[in-house]
Amino acid sequence: MEFLYEPWPWYIAGPVIGLTVPALLLLGNKRLGISSTLRQLCAACYPSDIPFLNYDWKKDSWNLFFVCGILLGGFIGGWLFENPATTTLAPDTVAVLQSNGVHDVSGLLPRELFTWSNVFTWQGFWLIIVGGFMIGFGTRYARGCTSGHGIFGLSALQWTSLVAVICFFVGGIICSHLILPAILLL
Amino acid sequence: MKNLKYLFVGVVFGLALTKGEAISWFRMQEMFHFQSFHMFGIFMTALPVGALSIFLIRKLNLRTANGEAIDVPEKPYHHGIIIGGLIFGFGWALTGACPGPLYAQIGAGYGVTLITFFSAVLGTWVYARVKPYLPD
Repeated sequence: MEFLYEPWPWYIAGPVIGLTVPALLLLGNKRLGISSTLRQLCAACYPSDIPFLNYDWKKDSWNLFFVCGILLGGFIGGWLFENPATTTLAPDTVAVLQSNGVHDVSGLLPRELFTWSNVFTWQGFWLIIVGGFMIGFGTRYARGCTSGHGIFGLSALQWTSLVAVICFFVGGIICSHLILPAILLL
Repeated sequence: MKNLKYLFVGVVFGLALTKGEAISWFRMQEMFHFQSFHMFGIFMTALPVGALSIFLIRKLNLRTANGEAIDVPEKPYHHGIIIGGLIFGFGWALTGACPGPLYAQIGAGYGVTLITFFSAVLGTWVYARVKPYLPD
């Protein structure tokens, strides 16, 4: 059980993530993809009269089981057997974050920023609410996320997924370098 | 309960994301600043494993456990890949999460990420609503 208490190096985590591709294909011809579950939830809870949300979501309900598993995996790996507080984050990154006012770099998310009380500040509005909105809007517009395009699409050697992943990174790099520092100063 | 097996695969996937710190906001900033090999190492080991297994599944004409044929359809190009991709990239850097890690962050006990998650569901709903007016 020792491995549950320690962070996994990239050369362990990466191959395990890659193995979900054949696991899902061999278990039931399912293609790895997670952003589609957001559409599933919309279709199940409030499809309204929107054609894009009126389809038989129950036919693909396997992916709702899959994401429940991810949530459970996060609970086991991040709460039950939390990684030790000492982080191996690059010192350069710590320096950049500290110069932007983020001092506590322990855990998985900055505890100073991702708090309930911060939801109602401008900072929290941009980081949590606008950020979340852009994930849901952008992934559906791109028809895939880091899993569907980044892991599955690239594994299937789809050039369109490569275009998507490049755009994900370009957006992320611009935002992390230019926009995030301004939000952190709010 | 034929779907329970996918829950199990999800647990392993979520555990790897969490233990590999691929759900860490800090790791995402580190990655976008190219200051560590960690996240790139995850991608660069996950991809060959995925690619090799799809290659073998095709080459050996493997079928599912139930004998169903396995197909990997093409993803045709549309402009949303670029526009939506950039929008998602912004959200990725702000929240430190993609949709998968979003579920894992909630599970890891960072309660406020529930708001990030509901906001993402809302974003998908609004996309569905305005889809007819957007360039495809």
